[in-house]
Amino acid sequence: MAETKQQIDRSCTPLVAMKNISIAFGGVQAVDDVSIDVYPGEVVGLLGHNGAGKSTLIKILAGAYRMDSGEIWINGEKADIRSPAGARDYNIETIYQTLALADNLDASANLFLGREITTSLGLVDDSAMEAETRKIMHRLNPNFKKFSVPVSALSGGQRQSVAIARAVYFDAKIVIMDEPTAALGVHETEMVAEIIKELKAQGLGIVLISHDTREMMALCDRVSVMKNGALVGTEHVEDVTEDDILSMIILGKNPKREAA
Amino acid sequence: MSDSTSGQASSAGRSGPNRSFFSQLELDLRLLGMIGAFLLICILFNIMTGGQFLTPRNLFNLTIQTVSVAIMATGMVFIIVTRHIDLAVGSLLATCSAVMAMMQTAWLPDMLGIPLGSPSLAILAIIFGVIVGGIIGGFQGYLVGFLGIPAFIVTLGGLLVWRNVAWYLTNGQTIGPLNETFQLFGGINGTLGETWSWIVGLIAAAAAVLALVSGRRSKLRHDFPVKPIWAEFVVGGIFVAAILGFIAILNAYEVPSRVLERQFEARGETVPEGFTASYGLPISVLLLIAVAIVMTVVARKTRFGRYIFATGGNPDAAELSGINTRMLTVKVFALMGVLVAIAGLVASSRLTFHSNDIGTLDELRVIAAAVIGGTALAGGVGTIYGAILGALIMQSLQSGMAMVGVDAPLQNIVVGSVLVAAVLIDIIYRRRVEG
Repeated sequence: MAETKQQIDRSCTPLVAMKNISIAFGGVQAVDDVSIDVYPGEVVGLLGHNGAGKSTLIKILAGAYRMDSGEIWINGEKADIRSPAGARDYNIETIYQTLALADNLDASANLFLGREITTSLGLVDDSAMEAETRKIMHRLNPNFKKFSVPVSALSGGQRQSVAIARAVYFDAKIVIMDEPTAALGVHETEMVAEIIKELKAQGLGIVLISHDTREMMALCDRVSVMKNGALVGTEHVEDVTEDDILSMIILGKNPKREAA
Repeated sequence: MSDSTSGQASSAGRSGPNRSFFSQLELDLRLLGMIGAFLLICILFNIMTGGQFLTPRNLFNLTIQTVSVAIMATGMVFIIVTRHIDLAVGSLLATCSAVMAMMQTAWLPDMLGIPLGSPSLAILAIIFGVIVGGIIGGFQGYLVGFLGIPAFIVTLGGLLVWRNVAWYLTNGQTIGPLNETFQLFGGINGTLGETWSWIVGLIAAAAAVLALVSGRRSKLRHDFPVKPIWAEFVVGGIFVAAILGFIAILNAYEVPSRVLERQFEARGETVPEGFTASYGLPISVLLLIAVAIVMTVVARKTRFGRYIFATGGNPDAAELSGINTRMLTVKVFALMGVLVAIAGLVASSRLTFHSNDIGTLDELRVIAAAVIGGTALAGGVGTIYGAILGALIMQSLQSGMAMVGVDAPLQNIVVGSVLVAAVLIDIIYRRRVEG
């Protein structure tokens, strides 16, 4: 699998660089001096136990949390992300583990939530939004037909495709995915993997969180492992085995590097 | 994706010829159920009162009695949809009513020297009352949204505070009679008369048809499925018949000859032989219709409305979508305050005076109207027309029982029980729909 991967050009400026990020919640150091970067067309995986700080780290990038210290650089320029809307202004889109969908609204209302298309009178243009939703869903998940029902009536995979559509519709440059396949069946997981490959081919940078190391080895170019809020290390997937990654997650160190 | 294909099959099945008559009309089942309940109540009381209930006079009165609570219920929908509650509306109504009454009878005449009876008194009092309502509502929203005090507590406190602020403003006195222009909004003292009522009815009917046509056009433009053309005609026909029928009923209520005699006497004339006049559409009802239209547009067609429902459905998702949910709470409560002030205008001008106990227990009627109208206390679900119908059902129950001669305590027992039963039916209905 690793041999088939195209080489990522890492000589250019990274799409996003998080430098020395720290955040504490009431005395608990949730993220401690962590640095990661993502290049165009690259998928970077974040691994670690529950509570290792992965979700907290990406929520800082997504604007949901404000970091205590550290810097975020987007395309070589220092970024100031204060809110989810602020992150969107930098073309950072996030697919949360919970999907963050309003269950009582339909697919197009969710897709455009916070960024509605409006008519010249300033009223929301439902028809135009549904037409756009039909277009993008046709591309992502051609089987999707339930446009006029609340998303609570959709299956897990359908809900996931709405959440993904929301992330990719608005010209995203960086997509954060927090366990996008955790609640999905085999076919739906494949669909998500296909979408990740497509986004990668378009030159987007992707930060992927998952517990499935095999999936991560297949999808990611590099993996960063976190433990107790700190970064254990970042490795190119072709340089490590699944066992190496597992020991990084469990023991907090890379046996190969220790040996060398 | 296995179940998306089954979903496809079932939706294809729904658009086939086997669809039932009602589903082709695409009418809201809940709405039909509520209209059915309302008609049932009307027919039952009509039988029990020997035909007294379904008279133009009683229906006219029923309509104007409903307006105040119905106006507030539309705002309560937004409050409950965003997972809050407002227990202070009855007391806030008293404060707004007291402010408006004092403005027109004491403050403005004393300070600016505007003569009593001047229409400008009414206009200034209404504007000021609405501003006060909006500010107090917004303040309560600030306590809820920004300081994180539960709405239940903020408005429970408000229930006591605003009732007694009203008491201080008026020294506990009844203030009246209110300005004549002000009284136009009360109901019987301000109606459009026969001709204008028909004109308004025809405009409303035309607007309803136009809305259907433009809705269909918009769907066709984007190649979305539309219902069969005969169904559009049936729905349009129902709308037009309902609007014009309503106007016809109101126009059938004629001004009693004694009142006409008095009116003509005041002008130094006598009533011509065979002269009759109708009350027609009350201005207060016109006000309610305007509020209903504006609130429905806000709910369905504005970002503000979209965010209200999104926040009610999933507050975290709304926040992660960049919606300022705290400010949204302030706006929703401020809007409620404005509607309470408008309701206070209608309530006090219907009585022709401000009394100390005005709006007492209105919070319960308003919440009951919204909930009977299908607003879910869990948030995210509710309609404006449902709340108005809910208010109408509550009022018809209360009026009907009073006409039948049911004891006052028993009336309240029945209304309370109906509220609980309505929510139970709603829960069962939802379970069946959501399967």
